[in-house]
Amino acid sequence: MNRFRPRGVWGFILRRLLLGILVLILVSVLVFLATQALPGDPARAILGRNANPASLAALRHQLHLDRPVADQYLTWVTGLLHGNLGTSLEAQEPVSTLLAPKLVNSAVLVVLAAVLSIPLSIAIGAWAALKREKVFDQSSSNLMLLLAALPEFVVALVLVILFATTVFHVLPAISTVPPGSRPWNNWVALVLPTITLVIAVAPYVSRIMRASMIEVLESDYVEMARLKGLPERTVLIRHALPNALGPVFQVIALNLAYLAGGIIIVEFVFNYSGIGGATAEAVVNHDLPVIQALAMLLAAVYVVVNLLADVATILVTPKLRTRL
Amino acid sequence: MSQVSDVAIPDAEVALSPVRGASLLRRSLRLWRTRIGVALVGVIVLLAIIGPYVAPYGPSTPVGAPNADPGGKAVLGTDYLGQDVLSRVLYGGGSILVMAVIATALGLIGGAAIGLVAAYSRNALDDVLMRGMDVIMALPSILLALVAVAIVGPRAWVIVAAIALTTAPRVARVARGAAQPVVERDFIAASEAMGVPRWRILSGELLPNTLGPLMVEASLRLTYSIGLIAGLAYLGLSPNVNGANWGTMIKQNQLVLVVQPWGAVAPIIAIALLTMGTGLIGDGIARTAAGIDRARGEE
Repeated sequence: MNRFRPRGVWGFILRRLLLGILVLILVSVLVFLATQALPGDPARAILGRNANPASLAALRHQLHLDRPVADQYLTWVTGLLHGNLGTSLEAQEPVSTLLAPKLVNSAVLVVLAAVLSIPLSIAIGAWAALKREKVFDQSSSNLMLLLAALPEFVVALVLVILFATTVFHVLPAISTVPPGSRPWNNWVALVLPTITLVIAVAPYVSRIMRASMIEVLESDYVEMARLKGLPERTVLIRHALPNALGPVFQVIALNLAYLAGGIIIVEFVFNYSGIGGATAEAVVNHDLPVIQALAMLLAAVYVVVNLLADVATILVTPKLRTRL
Repeated sequence: MSQVSDVAIPDAEVALSPVRGASLLRRSLRLWRTRIGVALVGVIVLLAIIGPYVAPYGPSTPVGAPNADPGGKAVLGTDYLGQDVLSRVLYGGGSILVMAVIATALGLIGGAAIGLVAAYSRNALDDVLMRGMDVIMALPSILLALVAVAIVGPRAWVIVAAIALTTAPRVARVARGAAQPVVERDFIAASEAMGVPRWRILSGELLPNTLGPLMVEASLRLTYSIGLIAGLAYLGLSPNVNGANWGTMIKQNQLVLVVQPWGAVAPIIAIALLTMGTGLIGDGIARTAAGIDRARGEE
């Protein structure tokens, strides 16, 4: 463990952690101010047009709407830190109860997509780098370029047309998860949403993997390893691959964070019961606490995933590990 | 001294910035991928511009039974309301294109300005600006657009502003990254010593030298903006809820895919060709810019 030079690494991680917390605090201010600007009076929205002034005032008091904005912000943030996300104005349920099952559904989709797409695209990128300018490299690079350009809802619908409605009829076009059931109970319905997300992520990861691997393969230490007479397998797996993975983690992190937002529209296409559908619904209903909770959740995912990527990059890259 | 700078800098501006950008584009056209991209984008843009003039019917004119097969009066059949699919496709590209181009341009200008100022300042301002960009980037683009639409409503300017806002930080990162090595070079110090105003150094020296990466980023951002705007319309958030719009059309006809696929397939093809075209152009410029940079490094 001496090789890790704990102080340097931990110092770096601590700096990143503090930066992440700062970003989250600023996001919370931004989210709070933005949702403050939503038109209409939540109390009136709940009680309806004909509510009498006394009950309106009582509800405003109950929702803390009669307090100064800074006060409301502090109450909200303190609640967040205690795991209290507020109460949905629409469903009159705690936001956490409302979102928890949907969060599980979305997480299943994202994890499934990540587990499939990351090894697949690393393999494609590495193989393309080894076979540089050959047929596999050229065809995979061009295919990835075209796939990367397609908006994810277009990819989703092309898959629906190909496999569910028009060309073949082998997979369901709708992936609703009924309340009380779990996504994996009906795994066939997960196939198309998962493939959509895999296609959304794979081009970026495989492209950076290819570029990174090419750079590493041309480096002095790989040449040195070869000149030492190490078998090609050892050169590739022990010397080239770990160093090539460094930059890839950053792109994987960006894409995982992107997946967290990208599922909004993909879930909508397949009518999948996750936080994507919940977001669209909350926007339509002006359901402030739900929008705030979702925005904070997605921002937290972004910060945590980026932090993990920074740590993974240091741990996996021998060059960086010794420099810190 | 001031005389020297007054004469020399405008010349340099004229000689450097427009030519370098144009020559990068011209050189990238030597690649087949760029040519194919330009052809695809050209066809779709032409379709969107002259479409409304050549469409056989109006975008909301009922021409027959709903979900009729292609043939007869309606070349691509009719949609779920009995409107002509071809006419709606011909009408439905304009608003997406205009909104995407304006949003990308605004985000590009704002992002480039922030990125260049951050790189040039080399002090606390750099940190403040870039952390601000991090905050915006921590929220997914589509979520930010959804919140903006929820606050003000699905007006065109709200969608454009929200997408410009999510474009800017990503452009700023690229601009700052590209400008950082340039800031350290001698000609910047020389300009400073001659008393060239800061904005002149930013626009006349830094900007032309970061144009390559910025153009690549611009095409990438345009591709995303088209997808986002069409996606918002698909979610039901467009300035005209029932108007002819490729995103709206896809949503409206998704449920009748089994009966009459063309109502959704035709706009899907249009969006796919357009974004693949902008993607190919971006890749062509990226390859050309990388080649130029490499040649410059070897000199």
